[in-house]
Amino acid sequence: MERRGRAVIDPKVRQVGFVTPGEGTDLINLAIPLEQGANSPSPVLIPPVRINDGASVAPAKAAPMPVPSPTSRRHPTVDVNLPLVGLDEKAKEGKTKSLKERTSKAERRAAQEAQRAAKKAAEESGGSKPTKGDVGGTGASQKDSKASKGTHQKTNSAERRTSSSGKPADKGQEKEKKKDVPAPRMQFDDAERVAKAKKRSLVEQTETKNRVELFRHLPQFVHGTQLPSLESKFFQDESMHPHPAIYKVGLQYLTGDLVGGNARCVAMLMAFREMIQDYSTPPEKIFVRDLTQKINSHVSFLNTCRPLAISMGNAIKFLKTRVVNLAEELSEAEAKASLIAEIDRFIQEKILYADKEIVKHAVQKIRDGDVCLTYGSSCVVEMILLKAHEMGKKFRVVVVDSRPKLEGKRLLKRLLSEGLDCTYTYINAMSYIMQEVTRVFLGAASVLANGTVYSRVGTASVAMVAHAFSVPVMICCETYKFHERVQLDSITANELGNPDALVKVWGRRDLTDLEGWSPEDKHLQLLNLTYDATPSDYVAMVITELGMVPPSSVPVILREYRRELPG
Amino acid sequence: MVGTMPDVQPLVDEFITKLNRRQVEGSLDTAKLALVLLRQVISAQRIPPNSPANTLIEAIKSVGVRMIAANPIELAVGNIVRRVLHIIREEDASLATTVVTGVTTAVDSDDEDNLDIREQASSHAVAAANRSVLRAPSLHNLLESMPNPIRADVTVASTGDSDARSRSGDKNSRSWKLKHNVIESINELLVELQDYHSQVAEQALEHIHQNEVILTLGRSRTLLHFLLGAKKKRSFQVVVAEGSPRFQGHKLAKELTAEKLSTTLITDSAVFAMISRVNMVIVGAHAVMANGGVLAPVGLHMVALAARRHAVPFVVLTGLHKLCPLYPHNPYSLLNDMKSPSEVLDFGEFSDCLNGATGGPQCHVFNPTFDYIPPELVSLFITDTGGHNPSYVYRLVAEFYSPEDIVLQ
Repeated sequence: MERRGRAVIDPKVRQVGFVTPGEGTDLINLAIPLEQGANSPSPVLIPPVRINDGASVAPAKAAPMPVPSPTSRRHPTVDVNLPLVGLDEKAKEGKTKSLKERTSKAERRAAQEAQRAAKKAAEESGGSKPTKGDVGGTGASQKDSKASKGTHQKTNSAERRTSSSGKPADKGQEKEKKKDVPAPRMQFDDAERVAKAKKRSLVEQTETKNRVELFRHLPQFVHGTQLPSLESKFFQDESMHPHPAIYKVGLQYLTGDLVGGNARCVAMLMAFREMIQDYSTPPEKIFVRDLTQKINSHVSFLNTCRPLAISMGNAIKFLKTRVVNLAEELSEAEAKASLIAEIDRFIQEKILYADKEIVKHAVQKIRDGDVCLTYGSSCVVEMILLKAHEMGKKFRVVVVDSRPKLEGKRLLKRLLSEGLDCTYTYINAMSYIMQEVTRVFLGAASVLANGTVYSRVGTASVAMVAHAFSVPVMICCETYKFHERVQLDSITANELGNPDALVKVWGRRDLTDLEGWSPEDKHLQLLNLTYDATPSDYVAMVITELGMVPPSSVPVILREYRRELPG
Repeated sequence: MVGTMPDVQPLVDEFITKLNRRQVEGSLDTAKLALVLLRQVISAQRIPPNSPANTLIEAIKSVGVRMIAANPIELAVGNIVRRVLHIIREEDASLATTVVTGVTTAVDSDDEDNLDIREQASSHAVAAANRSVLRAPSLHNLLESMPNPIRADVTVASTGDSDARSRSGDKNSRSWKLKHNVIESINELLVELQDYHSQVAEQALEHIHQNEVILTLGRSRTLLHFLLGAKKKRSFQVVVAEGSPRFQGHKLAKELTAEKLSTTLITDSAVFAMISRVNMVIVGAHAVMANGGVLAPVGLHMVALAARRHAVPFVVLTGLHKLCPLYPHNPYSLLNDMKSPSEVLDFGEFSDCLNGATGGPQCHVFNPTFDYIPPELVSLFITDTGGHNPSYVYRLVAEFYSPEDIVLQ
């Protein structure tokens, strides 16, 4: 791999961690980590980065840096990378972290002052000690880094050359890097945070008494208890109650009328559109701040109706960025109009147009005589199959379905009504049917940064069996659904559905073994998972509107194309 | 074609009707009933003095072919028939050698009782040797497989015209002895079948340890006994996948909960999600084929693949009555049982599409009952005779079945 630029890493000096180079932070040096970072097999031509603040840049020089240098492209003042689930979580984690910090901050600052004094006196550039301290202190939170950055600003200029000056820039860099790492999600086995979240929430939910131990970190509520409290709260507290459009959408999520990443996201955005339309700033409040707060409360409402999908989370992030980035001089009406236009544009570009592009790419992969298998009901895959049929291709479709949702039946109905010959079976019989299948098309709720496909439960099994029979698996997913987090298995992040759905088998009255199951049953637990994580080696390619890419290109797309959108 | 005795005929017909109507459920019960029936056939069969074994073999074959044809899916029937045939051949061979040794050793004694006793004494040693001869189709045997029993007859004929009386006496007692031995062996086999569950459950403590998580799909009675056997001393958890479209997993979950084992019920689609936290997969089988491949309830191939991916041992509980000497050619089509699509898809909404005559788009629905798991995916077979590797199965087949019986015309 050739190296552009003149900086050469001295092989003897291995600097691990966040280290500043000795000299200059110019454009060329920035190109190096980008290239090194882009070790991924698909070389996407990277547009040159925009640097706002040259001084605060500290790209890493060590070759095996997994997190590429992102810093300069960001507005240093605005915290753009907002966590998914409203600002509540971030404030909370900031609070808990600051508690920890208060105890050790003083002593840490004292230590740093001492070190700086020693460095100043010695004027050495063997920066291993402070950098080690930095690496150790990387675990410290952003608060620490922000504070120390503030205090150290004064002593900066002279020390910037020496590597010990790596500290403030390091801290700044760490802070920026931390923004890249997606904020940790709320873990429900942390009792304090759960209690805090409960206080803020609009809806009361009773937790199940019988929790599956493995999933303690996920919310497990008794289904059906949300509705009564929702209805009562709706008419009570004027300031707290959600906008009717959002309430309606929330109810649709709760009852399961609205399923599917795209459908839920579009419905939510349309509801927000209405809300913004009807919104008027209360007196003595600032438009941006109040609107953001309103959006947050609505988001937490939707979250309690049903945990947010990743697509919805990304859309909310987008919306909040737009709100925050509104120009100062716009009047309220203009601001609202601009926001509404942005929402419309998002839906048009990221969802509708993206779907059309995906269909255009994917139909090239269907040939005459193919047998295409799909699992569950994905709207994109449905569009692909219908388009291919419209184009006159002769192929068969196999729809694989599973309990308890049996979403494949809807897809089957729609395909049959359009005149496609279909085969239908349960997921158990997949090994039987896979022998005659030539292509597998699957939809996804999201594709994560390590290439893992996060999708409806059962997708992983389909991909695995297809892989065992050497059938290519193609995931059809719009780029707005990609997410920076990583996941190795299906347990670390998931959604638990209603366990009662397992008890009754529709259409089979003779199955009464589980009748009389109650959540108090000590020995029996019913687990109804909603999602699972498919490892990337089962996936042949991911079809996005940007083209057909291997799953290893997903982090590249995340880095290059998604960063530009909010900014 | 040897005619069976008339009083056995109605019993045979009744059993065959039951098989036809699928009224007998489960390979163990089928095996027991088949064995009992065959024992009756043997005891009722009148055996001519010369070539008693062949008479018996023909009788069993004629009944067996009808039983297999009544329910070809239930491979246990064919296994038992072949097992009985093997027993007959074995006993015949051991008796033939004892007669030879008996005549040569007891030249001077006229006492028939003494003769019998000495025959008995040496017969065990000879029978053991004979069994080893019968078991391994070694090159030594292949060249002279057929003449063995005949040779015994010939030697007897040549040795003694000392008394015609004693010779006919020998022959009579020999056919009687053959029948007697065969019925004894069948009784032993029956006892083995009765004890099958407890024999397998005894081995449970070696495999299941404290705080382990076991995954299974569907329901197997052997598995239930196995888990309960382990539960006496160890505490562990079980994850049961429901096994649609029969949903036997629900029943198993209920049974396990009744015994106070902590159970989690999941859908089949969640198997890949959960298997990363599982220590072992233990399942029952419908049949084990001669190459070590397993016919198991549908969905288990997916579980086996997931288990291999996560390096989780895949253990199959089986009994020797499920061991089939056939090789699985095209198991998905030939050894499968396709059930009604109504279990998978309700006819109401899709009835036009399921009917070919309407000319519209066609909807095919598949509902297979069994999955074939190739031997590479199986880690261990646990049988009533202990644990075995899939690559050892061919030896078991050679021990319990004769090569001449594999194809029953």
